[in-house]
Amino acid sequence: MRCAVIVFPGSNCDSDLYKAVNSFEGVDAEYVWYTTENLDAFDLILLPGGFAYGDYLRAGALAARTPVLKALIRAAERGVRVIGICNGFQVLTECGLLPGALQRNSGLHFICDTPLIEVVQDQSSFTSRYQQGELIRLPIAHGEGNYICDELTLRHLQAENRIVFRYASGSNPNGSVDKIAGILNSKGNVLGMMPHPERAMADWMGSSDGRRLFESALNLFPETADAA
Amino acid sequence: MPPEPTPEEISTQQSYLSLGLSDSEYQLVCELLGRKPNLTETGIYGVMWSEHCSYKTSKMQLSRFPTEGPNVLQGPGEGAGVVDLGDGWAVVFKVESHNHPSAIEPYQGAATGVGGILRDIYSMGARPVAFLNSLRFGPLSDKKDPGSPNIKRNQYLFGGVVAGIAGYGNCIGVPTVAGEVGFDACYSGNPLVNAMCVGVIRHEDLQHGRAEGIGNPVIYVGAATGRDGIHGATFASEELNEESEAKRPSVQVGDPFMGKLVLEACLELFRSGAVISVQDMGAAGLTCSSTEMAEKGGNGMELDLDLVPQRALEMSPYEIMLSESQERMLLVAKAGREEEVFEICRKWEVPACTIGRVIPETVLRLKHRGALAAELPLDRLLGSCPLYQRDAVPSEKQLSRQKKNAVTWDVPDDIGALFKEMIVQPELASKRWVYRQYDSMVRTCTSVGPGSDAAVIRIEGTNKALAMSIDGNSRYVELDPQTGGRIAVAEAARNVTCSGGQPLALTNGLNFGNPEKPEIFWQLREAVTGICEACQSLELPVTGGNVSLYNETEGEAVYPTPLIGVVGLVEHPEHETTQHWKQAGDVILLLGETEEELGASALQQFMTGSIFGMPPALDLEKEKNLQEAVLEAIRQNLIASAHDLSQGGLVMALLTSCKGELGVHVDWESGIRDDLALFSESQSRILLSTVPQNLLMLEKLMQSRKIPCERVGVVMPGRFDIALNGKFLIQEELPELQQLWENALENIMNSENQGFSGEKQAA
Repeated sequence: MRCAVIVFPGSNCDSDLYKAVNSFEGVDAEYVWYTTENLDAFDLILLPGGFAYGDYLRAGALAARTPVLKALIRAAERGVRVIGICNGFQVLTECGLLPGALQRNSGLHFICDTPLIEVVQDQSSFTSRYQQGELIRLPIAHGEGNYICDELTLRHLQAENRIVFRYASGSNPNGSVDKIAGILNSKGNVLGMMPHPERAMADWMGSSDGRRLFESALNLFPETADAA
Repeated sequence: MPPEPTPEEISTQQSYLSLGLSDSEYQLVCELLGRKPNLTETGIYGVMWSEHCSYKTSKMQLSRFPTEGPNVLQGPGEGAGVVDLGDGWAVVFKVESHNHPSAIEPYQGAATGVGGILRDIYSMGARPVAFLNSLRFGPLSDKKDPGSPNIKRNQYLFGGVVAGIAGYGNCIGVPTVAGEVGFDACYSGNPLVNAMCVGVIRHEDLQHGRAEGIGNPVIYVGAATGRDGIHGATFASEELNEESEAKRPSVQVGDPFMGKLVLEACLELFRSGAVISVQDMGAAGLTCSSTEMAEKGGNGMELDLDLVPQRALEMSPYEIMLSESQERMLLVAKAGREEEVFEICRKWEVPACTIGRVIPETVLRLKHRGALAAELPLDRLLGSCPLYQRDAVPSEKQLSRQKKNAVTWDVPDDIGALFKEMIVQPELASKRWVYRQYDSMVRTCTSVGPGSDAAVIRIEGTNKALAMSIDGNSRYVELDPQTGGRIAVAEAARNVTCSGGQPLALTNGLNFGNPEKPEIFWQLREAVTGICEACQSLELPVTGGNVSLYNETEGEAVYPTPLIGVVGLVEHPEHETTQHWKQAGDVILLLGETEEELGASALQQFMTGSIFGMPPALDLEKEKNLQEAVLEAIRQNLIASAHDLSQGGLVMALLTSCKGELGVHVDWESGIRDDLALFSESQSRILLSTVPQNLLMLEKLMQSRKIPCERVGVVMPGRFDIALNGKFLIQEELPELQQLWENALENIMNSENQGFSGEKQAA
């Protein structure tokens, strides 16, 4: 499996994502600079968190107009799996691969925390190693993670089972519509999420619940891992 | 460009005064040069001889610090201190203050403070891995006058500084992992913002700031130079007053996005081998970086100021040299390899150009529009600043206050109610509202984040980790600077020890008032004495730091506030320890002796609104013994949690050890009055918890070390019950108590329409 970790000027979770994915045997991750125009070689494309272009103009807005995004959109149309995390999610909404937008947190402050996240569905390519309804711990760290979309889009997302993660246990740290923490595109091969699975790869980090997201996306089924 | 005053006019109109030089200093400059300096030269002398750059008042005090130790690879003098971690690894760290800018423009003041210390760390070649900070503000609430402009201003400054630290640190991608915040009326109008950065490096990658190799190009990397921050260093060396607001242009503006690109470009440049030396353009900008690099290299430097990238029109040599525009680095490259440097900078989209070269004459020579704009012999600029030994005399108030009895109140009827009132004071309340705004996990090396005694950061590719803490209780220092100085060092080291680290070295941020006042200089001298004593006893060298003087508003000085940042080595991941209980049924032990020591305590401040008497005593031998014993116990895997006792004493340590469902049931015997026993701030005490199987071994270890060790209770789910001498003083449901404590700060900051909106806060 070859994974691309896209790097924009200002990305800062690129190395975390690189480490996380490379920790799986048989997976070969590499950094791909934003000027690259061809992503044909990759089985999985990852858009990392951070502050691409300093979040100037709007978070993700400038990154969504770079050469690599054209290639990424073509790959997504071919069915290649794409995960955008945090700033990567913002890029995916800005480029139109995912509906809606991420606005400033309702509390107006940046939030770094490790809330409980509900796995809303386990039928997607990214959540097959979880169980529906399972509560997992994934860190969040963002100032603009307040997901918003119009009524019609929300109904589509709900009806098509495209809401993958929700903030759980009565919390909604950033004020997102329907407590949305992660959504899919209609084909189900593009995932955008605010929580950081790459920061939940081992117990010493506070959680290892993020591992199974990558195992799902990479079609890995380690015998030793249990489904919690 | 308006015409500049001539050297003659500068002299007769005494315009050197507004450039930061006193009459006698100006006379000395004229003697050294054998002529009257022009405007640019006068400005250069003004900043380089400012307290901020020259340490002319504090140098003799700083020279007393022990700076050597078996692990020290680089002591004070370069951008930051470097300490060996074994196996070819080293840690680079330093603290720096940004008090004055933050008092005027909190967001940018704090943000650029973070950016500045970051550049100091990576200019040594190290990858920055963590930020810490220590902040002080005036009170956030006032029962008598809740809407007072002072309170509103304090809230604005607090909110703005936190947002600024978050705005810069989060964007640049370095986790902010630990820190502390204090509140006291003495900081109203003059907040303290001290930022510390820690980096990790392989020995062979260490860089230095020596301009070597005659003819080598001097290359400017980063953002263009503007008129912002001109005279920031001089501004930082004056007291704040009503006119300070007009100095807002002296506050620089940060750009963490550019900062991130410059960081990555520089680290790649170092790896390329095309670069000989590098220095951050920090305080006094191009002036300080160029002269210091040239002087350290034993050479001179010639700069063509027309080549300096500028973002304002018609900048004069004076403005170009004194600008403190952010996100700029100066480097000396190997002649002939310029194109390699530019190639890397182009990749990172960072502007870079050659602006001069290293020359054999030991002078700083500046050219502008084809003419000579300045020429200063380096030895008559850097080494010639007069040093001042000020008078040091304690004030009458100081001495008489020390003689007072520290306890002037009667036992409160309801200690439980008192406790609940105290834990919502900003001073003692959880700082969650602050640290939740900082990304503490980016880089995925954070093993222990904010909210424990010290943070722990793992070093990738090794079994090692770094424990780090910054601490300082200025109330102790205010009452007795020498004891306070000792305690600051001991407590920061104790924090690191409790986290499983062997303290290695420290950096200090010395924040004081106007040293020209004898009582202030006395505080500085005495505090340095205390720090030195503790450093010697605990075998902790000082590898660098920062001095911020003139922290006064309208003539009133802040409490003397030396802040101590300690870094320690955790030898194995198994040694990483937090202050939080691990499981119900674990036994809680109190190490050390509890005396009736309430001077400068949180209880005294709360009960009386002021501080008096003597601060807690500190026996350095006992302290050392205690820290060694706890580290030994951690390494033998006998301890579940360890927590230093500090502000608020035992009862506060108990509360802050609770996490999730795990509370306490304490039944303790003490011969001291109830309230004083619970809130005493006696030093050299640590709270441990351990599984029952290890209890006897742990007690035996402490006994063999002659450390008092009492069983005080057990970890109990859901409760916070404290009994003293068989009588319950506090009986609470833990979740309610925790909510009260955790949300207190948030409630204060959200209740008022203080409404600071950070300028830039995104994911």
